[in-house]
Amino acid sequence: MKNKRENFLSKSSRRGFLKAAGISAVAIGAAPAIKAVSIASGGGDAVSSLPLTTPKAEVLTAKRWGMVIDTSKITEEVVESVVAACRNSHNIPNFDIQPDEKKYPNTRPAKKMQEIKWIWEEHYHNAFPEMEDEFLADKFKSLPFLVTCNHCKNAPCVQACPTKATFKREDGIVIMDFHRCIGCRFCMAACPYGSRSFNFRDARPFIEKINPEFPIRSKGVVEKCNLCAERLERGLQPACVEASEGAIVVGDLEDPESEVRALLKENYAIRRKQELGTEPSVYYIM
Amino acid sequence: MLEIAIKGSKKYWIWLGALLTVMAVAFALYIDQFMNGLMITGMSRDVSWGFYIANFTFLVGVAAGGVMVVIPYYLHDYERFHRITILGEFLAVASLIMCLMFIVADLGQPIRMLNVLLYPTPNSMLFWDMCVLNGYLFLNIVIGWKVLEAERNQVKPPAWTKPLIYLSIPFAIGIHTVTAYLYCGLPGRGFWLTAILAPRFLASAFAAGPSFLILLCYIVRKFTKFDPGWEAIQTLSKIVCYALIANVFFFFCEVFVVFYSKIPGHMAHIKYLFFGLHGHGALVPWMWTSMTLMFIGIALLVVPAFRNNETLLPFTCIMIFIGTWIDKSLGMISGGFVPNPLHHVTEYIPTVQEIVISLGVLATGFLILTVLFKLAATVKEEVRG
Repeated sequence: MKNKRENFLSKSSRRGFLKAAGISAVAIGAAPAIKAVSIASGGGDAVSSLPLTTPKAEVLTAKRWGMVIDTSKITEEVVESVVAACRNSHNIPNFDIQPDEKKYPNTRPAKKMQEIKWIWEEHYHNAFPEMEDEFLADKFKSLPFLVTCNHCKNAPCVQACPTKATFKREDGIVIMDFHRCIGCRFCMAACPYGSRSFNFRDARPFIEKINPEFPIRSKGVVEKCNLCAERLERGLQPACVEASEGAIVVGDLEDPESEVRALLKENYAIRRKQELGTEPSVYYIM
Repeated sequence: MLEIAIKGSKKYWIWLGALLTVMAVAFALYIDQFMNGLMITGMSRDVSWGFYIANFTFLVGVAAGGVMVVIPYYLHDYERFHRITILGEFLAVASLIMCLMFIVADLGQPIRMLNVLLYPTPNSMLFWDMCVLNGYLFLNIVIGWKVLEAERNQVKPPAWTKPLIYLSIPFAIGIHTVTAYLYCGLPGRGFWLTAILAPRFLASAFAAGPSFLILLCYIVRKFTKFDPGWEAIQTLSKIVCYALIANVFFFFCEVFVVFYSKIPGHMAHIKYLFFGLHGHGALVPWMWTSMTLMFIGIALLVVPAFRNNETLLPFTCIMIFIGTWIDKSLGMISGGFVPNPLHHVTEYIPTVQEIVISLGVLATGFLILTVLFKLAATVKEEVRG
C-alpha cells in the first residue's frame, strides 16, 4: 500500500518534472535544452526514481547504505582519530574525564562498564569470535579492528523494539528516535554485536565539548551509531570516514557503480557473524 | 468484601507495618534511581538486564504456577483442591503485580511506558508479554474475586466465570512461554538460543509456584482457623516433585547438546556459570548451591517417607524455592549476558540500592498477598462457622 502510494506520488512528480522540462524547452525553443535536462538528471532511469521532494544537490542518498573498512589501513592513530571524531560529533560522554566541579557539582563517579560507545577498537578474536584461530596470521593478531553498528538488513534490534523507537529507514540506516525509547533495553539483548549503549546517567558532565548541532540524549534511553544520518543530509561524509584517512568508505551497496561495490568486487571482505543471517552492511577488507 | 482486610489482630498490623516500612525505604531509593538513572545499579553495557528482570522472570513463573491448582480442580474436578484454588489465584495476582512493578523499575524512561500501547509493535515479544501478563492478571482478579464472593454468599459463582477460568489456563502457560520467547529468539545469545527454554521455564515454574503455595498453606494454617487440608498439600508436593525432576532433566538435555556438540559460543555461558571463565566466577558457588538444593529437593520428594513428613515438607519447599530462584533468576539472566557477544567477560553484581528497591517490590507483593489471603481465609472461616 505504502509503496503504491509512493509510486503514484513519484509518478505525479515525474509528470510535474516533465511538464516543467517541457515548458522550459518551449521557452528556450530548442531541442538541445531537453537533452541537457535529461543528461542532468542522469538519463531515463534516474527520472523515475526522483523522490517526492527533489533533494538539494548536496544531500547524500543511497538505496542501502553500507560501509567498507580496509583493515590494512587501520592503525592505532587512525582508530584514535576516528573514535574522537565520532565522539565529538555526537556528544558522546567520555567517562575518563573529570567533570567540571563548578558547572556540575556533586557529580557521582562514573562507572567505566556503563560507558557509551558508537565505534570502538577490538581485537580480531573479539570482533570475529567465531573465527578464532590459533594459527591466525600474525598481522591480524595485533591489528586494531573498528567495530560499530552493522546497520543489518535483518536487524534483530528493530524486531525486538516494543515501540518502534528503533527502526530501519528506507535507505538501510538503522536509526533511533531518542524521544520514543522507553529504555527497556530489549534491543541491547537482541543485538548480536554489542553495538548498543544505554544512558545509565545524564551524559552532560562527561561531554568534553558540546556539539550544538547534535542532540544530547537524556538519561534512560539507548543509543548507537546512526551512520551520521545528520551529516549525510547536509552532504557531508560520516565523521568516521572523514577522520579515517581513507580506511573507511561508505556508499550505496545496491549501486553497482558505487565505490563500496568497487572495493568489494576487488577485495576479499568479511562481515561479522554472517552465519546469523542478520546481513550486516559493514564489510571488512582483509 | 474488602472490609475484612481492615479488621485484624495485632500481629496482622505489625506485619503490614513492617512491609510498609520496607516499601517506604525502597521507594525513597527508587526516587533516587528515577532522578539519577540506572547508574545506581550494577548493570552495565554488557549485562544490560539484572536483578529486576531476573526477579520478574522468576515471578512470572510463580504466577503461572497457580495453574497447577486450577487445572486439577476445574478440569478434573479434583475436590481436594477446592479449598486452595483461590489461594493459587490470589498468589498469581500478587506475583503479577510484582512482575509489572519490576518491569517499571527496570525501565530507563518509566514515564514513557505507555508508548508500548501508543505504538503497538506485534513483532516485538515484549508487546505480547505485556498483553498476556495484563490479561492473566485481569482474569485472576475477576475470577478470584467473583468465586470468593459467591462462596461468601453461599451461592454458585456466576456462569460467566466458567469460560474465563478455562481461558486462564492457556493464559498461564502463555505468560511463561512468551516470557521465555523474550530470551530464546535472540540470535546472538547462545545460552538462551534453545527451544527447551520455554518448557524449562514452565517446569521450574510448576516447581517454584506450588512449593511456595505449600509454604503459604502452612502459614495460613498457623495464623488463621482455615485449614487448606493435608491431602491437598500432599498432592501439591507430588506436582512439585514431577516438575522439579522435569526442570533438572531439561537442564541436562541442554548440557548434553551444548557439550557434546562443543560449539564454543554455547559452551562459554554454562562454563562461566559452573566453573568460571577467564578467572571470573562470581556465580559459581551460587549455581552449585542451586543444583545441590534441587537435587536434595528431588530426593526428599521422591521418597514417600520424606514427602509425607509434615515437619520436613516446609523445609524441602524452602530449599526448592531458593534453588529454582537461583537457577532461573541469577543464572538465567547473567548466564545469557556473560560472556558478551564479543566474548568479553563483564560480571554483574547487583548493588545494595538495587537489592533494596527489589525488596520494596517484594514487600508490596507480600502486602497484597497478605490482604488477599486474609480475605480468603476469613471468608472460608465464616462459611464453615
